[in-house]
Amino acid sequence: MSIDWLDFSPLPAFVGGLLIGSAAACLVLFTGRIAGISGILGGLFRPQSGVIGWRLAFPAGLIAAPAVYRGLAALPEFRIDAGWGVLLTSGLLVGLGTRYGAGCTSGHGVCGLSRLSWRSLIAVITFMLAGFLTVFLVRHLLGGGTP
Amino acid sequence: MNLLLSFVAGLIFGVGLIVAGMADPSKVLGFLDLAGNWNPSLAFVMAGAILVGFVAFSFAKRRNRSFLGLPIQLPTSGKLDRRLIFGSAVFGIGWGLSGICPGPALVLVGAGISKGWIFAIAMIAGMALFEFWERWGPKFS
Repeated sequence: MSIDWLDFSPLPAFVGGLLIGSAAACLVLFTGRIAGISGILGGLFRPQSGVIGWRLAFPAGLIAAPAVYRGLAALPEFRIDAGWGVLLTSGLLVGLGTRYGAGCTSGHGVCGLSRLSWRSLIAVITFMLAGFLTVFLVRHLLGGGTP
Repeated sequence: MNLLLSFVAGLIFGVGLIVAGMADPSKVLGFLDLAGNWNPSLAFVMAGAILVGFVAFSFAKRRNRSFLGLPIQLPTSGKLDRRLIFGSAVFGIGWGLSGICPGPALVLVGAGISKGWIFAIAMIAGMALFEFWERWGPKFS
């Protein structure tokens, strides 16, 4: 293992984290809801789970974020190395897995860990380990470099 | 008011993801690549988010109603079951393949990146497949 000092950016990462935490705080304190993106999106398939409006409004805010950011500063580069086949597979697994495990990086990661939930801690450890292993497999064992 | 604040929360969340570098899949993969040229930055995203989140949720736990008078709905399940582990593992594999998770996927959609759209459409399809399976598929665990 070596550390990538060139791209190491703890300060913007921390400030971005504070913003993410504030967004989750705003949602729970004003609307009483958990900022778990997979749960919010997945809930759209269950109209009986209550009001649909906020489940559209929150994701709409996420989608609008790049446009608003662009009004303040130039957008950074978003580099996606994966090809279409990998992206389709990856998206499908993320959709299925987050619903089956009842949460993703936001719901289990940010909100769950903030609530000191054991269940979320186990989920976070599991998906982090699976993520580390997958990247190791793809980049180092199969030697694909970037998938 | 409820809808407006939900939108604003989503907006702040998305801007936070962009500022943090979480919306750049190559950066996320750099964090997940422990054996390569590891970029630990994303650990600082979690630290910042949980710092604020911990204060907010400690407060929310002691209340029944939000500032808008809506019920505070925190998850109640504490079950550590096969669904949690299996689902999270499947999610982690998918995440490791592309470096994209649900929040950043929506940001990439908003940035008009075609590969982001491909991922997001597949992700929504995966969620639909889950619903289909839950309603009509065979049950296990």
